[in-house]
Amino acid sequence: MDLKKITSIALLITLVVGIQLTTQLTGTSYYLTQLTMTMYSCLLIIGLCLVMGYAGQISLGHAGFFAIGGYTSAALTTTNLLEALERGSGCVGLLNKMGLLVSSTSLFGEPMLTVHPWLACLLAIALTVLVAFAIGIPVLKLKGHYLAMATLGFGIIIYRIVLAVAFLGEADGISDVPGFTLLPGLTVNGDIGNRITNYYIAATILIIGFVLLLNLIDSRVGRALRAIHGAEDAADAMGINTARYKLYTFVISAVFAAVAGILLTHYTGGISPGDAGVMKSVRYVAIVAIGGMASLWGALSMGGLLNFLSLRGFFGSYDDAFFGAILILIMLFAPQGILRLSLWNKFKGGKKEVQ
Amino acid sequence: MSLELFSQYIFAGITYGIIYAIVAIGFNIIYNTTGIINFAQGEFVMLGGMTAISLNHFLPLPLAIISAVLFTMLMGGLIEIVFIRWLQKPSVLRLIIITIGISILSREAALHVWGDSVRALPYFTGNVVSSVDILGASISPQVLWVLAICYCLVIILSLFFKFTPLGREMQACAANRLAATLCGINAKNMVTFSFMLSAAIGAVAGCVVSPITSSQYDMGTGLAIKGFTVAVLGGLGNSMAAVAAGLLLGIIEAFSVGIGFPLAFQDAIAISILLIILFVRPHGLFGNKEAAGLKEF
Amino acid sequence: MSLLEINDLNKRFGGLHAVNSVSFAVNQGDIKAVIGPNGAGKTTLFNLICGALPADSGSVLFNGGQILGYRPFQIATTGISRTFQNIKMFPGMTALENVMVGLHTKSRSGFWSGMLHLPFTRHEEKKVRRRALELLELLDISAYADVEAASLAFGQQRAVEFARALASDPTLLLLDEPAAGLNIYETAEVARLITKIQQQGITVLLVEHDMSLVMDISDEIVVLSFGEHIAEGTPSEIQHNKEVIQIYLGE
Repeated sequence: MDLKKITSIALLITLVVGIQLTTQLTGTSYYLTQLTMTMYSCLLIIGLCLVMGYAGQISLGHAGFFAIGGYTSAALTTTNLLEALERGSGCVGLLNKMGLLVSSTSLFGEPMLTVHPWLACLLAIALTVLVAFAIGIPVLKLKGHYLAMATLGFGIIIYRIVLAVAFLGEADGISDVPGFTLLPGLTVNGDIGNRITNYYIAATILIIGFVLLLNLIDSRVGRALRAIHGAEDAADAMGINTARYKLYTFVISAVFAAVAGILLTHYTGGISPGDAGVMKSVRYVAIVAIGGMASLWGALSMGGLLNFLSLRGFFGSYDDAFFGAILILIMLFAPQGILRLSLWNKFKGGKKEVQ
Repeated sequence: MSLELFSQYIFAGITYGIIYAIVAIGFNIIYNTTGIINFAQGEFVMLGGMTAISLNHFLPLPLAIISAVLFTMLMGGLIEIVFIRWLQKPSVLRLIIITIGISILSREAALHVWGDSVRALPYFTGNVVSSVDILGASISPQVLWVLAICYCLVIILSLFFKFTPLGREMQACAANRLAATLCGINAKNMVTFSFMLSAAIGAVAGCVVSPITSSQYDMGTGLAIKGFTVAVLGGLGNSMAAVAAGLLLGIIEAFSVGIGFPLAFQDAIAISILLIILFVRPHGLFGNKEAAGLKEF
Repeated sequence: MSLLEINDLNKRFGGLHAVNSVSFAVNQGDIKAVIGPNGAGKTTLFNLICGALPADSGSVLFNGGQILGYRPFQIATTGISRTFQNIKMFPGMTALENVMVGLHTKSRSGFWSGMLHLPFTRHEEKKVRRRALELLELLDISAYADVEAASLAFGQQRAVEFARALASDPTLLLLDEPAAGLNIYETAEVARLITKIQQQGITVLLVEHDMSLVMDISDEIVVLSFGEHIAEGTPSEIQHNKEVIQIYLGE
């Protein structure tokens, strides 16, 4: 890693710690809850940024992948398998013997036997990868409008499924999702006492994900992706398997969305159909566009800022309208993203002339 | 399946089908002149219906509908002038995102103006319970209204494009924009006209269908997806094929309900058809591969 | 045995027979040119060879193996490189980065190693960068290594494109109208570069409109007209071929 990247990551870490210390000193640590949720959303957004900005493919269905992750994990960790075990289901028995199930008591004092969160998490990711491949192989052959509509259609199908399937809680979604103990002592859940730990867990995961993507775009693969985005036929002639690169990028970004879904669901203790809605997908696209499409830093900063403000209820009942308006304004006046508006541009342009 | 039930489903199918076809034609008109897929097309339908419902409080029904159509038409033109006209060589991605933004804004504006309650225009003739017997099926007179008005609309549109100077100029722009410009046609105005025209026919559809399906601020997205499915099914840009494709989708949907397919997944049928068509025949059922290749995506 | 062998290649577009039973061979180490008036099917032929268009029938043998039906990226891995008529630089990337993309087939690190930034990736990245610089030096444009490629002058862009095409260590280089859009000085410079590439032991097949370039540097010339193979021979033979003169002067 070059020096510039290390310094900027160090600054990012300082910012994360600084915010936590500030909230502690000012007694406003309730902000940490929204910050934690914001950071999980950012995980999805930087993944989407990879697809949109670097591979040049629009996805209007990323909330679908978020939902696949969140719902799978939630359903597996809340479905009581005790009955199945007593009935003598071999599969459940085997899982139980392998220690992949956990016993607990529900809110009403009933004994519960559920899938271990780690197993649920891995299954959720596996399912996401499977779906991403199944959708990505045909969809990524499409371009422009067709791609946008196809991914939008995928998002709506997922939304309809979670809304209609009784096992997934229909309109109510799934609640009472237990915490997810990543390592002994590190549990993702919504306990007030666990707030600071959770804040740091989210920050750590987000920064790891961010560094992975930064590394990726600086690598041979990132170069190939930029080449595909810029001139696909020329990239093809350089021996780059463009279809495969686009597909893998799509799958990676789907996994980022699913991980965000899994962790956020365990953190807030539930997930509802609204999380799978089209408006969510559009909002993620909006944030990536505002951040400047091909800018992971832009996506991260705008994702952080706008998600946090939105969660704080800053936009009131104009929340969706705000994202719609800002989406149009950015696309009309600053299609390169807000960070590259005139002033910034002049600064950068000036530097180039010196060379 | 009895004949009565069969014709009941057929009528339900063609009623919805023709509405999908009208939305698809709206897509096609704008696509032909600009190469843009207007993601806010469904919002025109919503806007037409909702405006007519509000105006109907002060105006007689026919007048309310005409004013609503004119209003939506004006909005369509305004949207084009404000958001699209002055862009220089915008990329497809940028235009997609802009029209998505417009669709969100229209929806949110509608939510703030009309709230999230479900409204409906009164039946044009008779009421909810009145029915006409055709082939053993009892059909609401409104269904006949929908069919009559929509088919007239389709015929008028095709005559308009064939025989009026304005229609021909728009056709010319669609075929070759540069050549049309060199012949003295103001291509930019044609784009504005195409937005107005497609807003107007969307509004007509929104009005005639409102008594049957009701109108709500968020009805647009679903209609847009289905309209797009139909447009792609018929081959993007081909309006006559869109009518056939619309009827096909409408009838498939109606019969899927008939054979007990869960209602909740009804939307999934259209979307699955869309996805399958996009993957295997992106130039549409009736389209021509080489002609589709000429348009840039 | 010749390096590239084209046998009875056909391509129709509707009623137009764009490439009509064309056959010829390219010998190892030669510079061979395909010429012909506008609409002769040169570019179509070129696109058939490099996989950008599917052929209707015929065969293209490279090193004795059939490559017809390969996708462009697969052809690139067999040792054939190409350039584009309207130079396709990767926008937003420097000249050096453009050439580094050309080294794609010569490096291997994938998604995982890229994300984890493994030591072997770092090592490979250094090697790729060094090799790209060498190539820029070979074509005398190392001074522009860090300038955005798309902002260079046309002639310089052409040189960067050559460097990018050479990066994959091709045995055969396909050039699609390398002098298109260049002035006479730049054309002369391109001619010099092509000869320099030949001296590296690379076989060159070019499609060209500009006669001056072709006559100076080619070892052999193929003439196409309306999709058909009209004549083949050394530049001087072609210059004295009656049929060719007729086509070009429209007698």
